[in-house]
Amino acid sequence: MGIIKKKDVLYVASLARIKLADGQIEGFTGQLDSILDYIKQLDEVDTESVQPTSHVLPMVNVFRKDDVKPSLPQEKVLENAPGKEGYFFKVPKVIDGAEK
Amino acid sequence: MKYDIVIGLEVHLQLNTKTKIFCGCSTTFGNSPNSQTCPVCLGFPGVLPVFNKGVLDLSLRSALALGCTVSKFIKFDRKNYFYPDLPKNFQISQYDLPLAKDGLLEIDVEDGSRKRIRIRRVHMEEDAGKLVHEKEASLVDFNRCGTPLLEIVSEPDINSPEEAYRYLTALKEILRYLEVSDCNMEEGSLRCDANISLKPKGSEELGTKAEVKNVNSFKAVRGALSYEVQRQEELLSNSERVVQETRLWDPDKEVTVSMRSKEEAHDYRYFPEPDLVPFVITDKTIQEVRSALPELPQAKRARFIKEIGLSEYDAGVITSEKEMADYFEGCIKLYDKPKVVANWLMGDFTAALKEKGLESISQCEMDPADFIGMLKMIDDGSISGKMAKSILAEAIQEGKAPKDLVSAKGLTQISDKPQLEDLVGKAMEENGEVVEEYRRGKKGAIAYLVGQVMQKTKGKANPKLVNEILRKKLEG
Ligand SMILES: [Zn+2]
Repeated sequence: MGIIKKKDVLYVASLARIKLADGQIEGFTGQLDSILDYIKQLDEVDTESVQPTSHVLPMVNVFRKDDVKPSLPQEKVLENAPGKEGYFFKVPKVIDGAEK
Repeated sequence: MKYDIVIGLEVHLQLNTKTKIFCGCSTTFGNSPNSQTCPVCLGFPGVLPVFNKGVLDLSLRSALALGCTVSKFIKFDRKNYFYPDLPKNFQISQYDLPLAKDGLLEIDVEDGSRKRIRIRRVHMEEDAGKLVHEKEASLVDFNRCGTPLLEIVSEPDINSPEEAYRYLTALKEILRYLEVSDCNMEEGSLRCDANISLKPKGSEELGTKAEVKNVNSFKAVRGALSYEVQRQEELLSNSERVVQETRLWDPDKEVTVSMRSKEEAHDYRYFPEPDLVPFVITDKTIQEVRSALPELPQAKRARFIKEIGLSEYDAGVITSEKEMADYFEGCIKLYDKPKVVANWLMGDFTAALKEKGLESISQCEMDPADFIGMLKMIDDGSISGKMAKSILAEAIQEGKAPKDLVSAKGLTQISDKPQLEDLVGKAMEENGEVVEEYRRGKKGAIAYLVGQVMQKTKGKANPKLVNEILRKKLEG
């Protein structure tokens, strides 16, 4: 029996805002389990003296100068928006009404 | 039962760079919705964020001024959550390798002593967009999205709502001195969330905390926290439980209310931002930034007291804004009476600025040389102190130099001795009886004679000089 349970799949799906049909849940449970199993092989490698990698490129300090560049025209910005009002994007009402 | 109050503050500061943190869009406040956006800050697929060097510079200044230890190696991480103000569905922030840690901020507490509040961490991140809630829908403006933020997190060392207020005041003072942000809470360039819990007096164990949001002034922070103290005290005294939750301050009713959202535990699934390489901060950079820091409010205050001789109160008022402190120093370079300068600045000058609706002395057109010129005119008797007050008010209101106003209005006092002696002589001639009265011992009669001279000059004679001359002539 794997470490991934049905409730884990449902939790991950809810974090990703994905609705799963009942039939799909079992399938994903097995798949996620086998992915974790595969990754688990890394546990066998001795990483004692290896620095954690935070980026795959051997580069640091890539900056840009604080110079203003032209933004997109507002019409372009909103061109593909499913909903708009004036120059605003329009989205379904956010219920808790609290801003981050 | 008595309780200890435990408060920690999280301050979000908008840095005043010209452009956003990861793209070249302008950060100007208040423009038409979505006019300052581009594929990067709109979260289009396939775009690459590039870090703004200006953000690092301002952040380093802030972290070092707050006494933090700056990390030599930093990176950005993705903080994942869904909210319409966040087009990428993640916020680029810093998680396990923040810019700086372990700072200190000293505040004056109510008993007059000083208290150190530890700063846990300082990190950089991007701001989210702005939502406008309508009846049926929410409207999104991404102009603010990607504006650089500095998050400054205190340790829970704050033990009263008043201390929280003073922490914020002291923090704002420093940040304004550093010129890294406008720190305007109404416009949202400084935002504050507060965590507050109570525990039985002396207990080591922390109580359950509530997080208070939606406070848009320092006074509101103090008010909201005072309300929370009272609310939590009541719950605990009745053996009820404080629920861990986010509460919003209602400034009209002066209460905090539960957000009542489905309080699922946040699971942000932080992971390193693969689109940004890490950053190395050298000792040399740290040294350079440190040596370029301006004198901070506390140091300036101490120097004004010790070296210039201001009282503690005056030094506090003069240094609370850097612009005012700079102006004061500009003045005393030209004029050797710091106490006189301080009194004018704190009194009539500040009143005149307010009258004109100016927020800072730096917006006023009168430079220290003009202002000191006016004070010197008082000293040499060309104008009276009373005249100076109205001249100053008008000069600031009209944006004119005091000396021009004085000459335009012919306000200059007559302090020319021979001219005044002449006038005094005439007044004595015309009022022989009064002169006699004085000489017979009715010393009060001199006032009448002074009045006569003033009348002859339409009030422009220097009354002090007139008095002197009269006395000499009468006694002589
Ligand atoms: Zn942009």
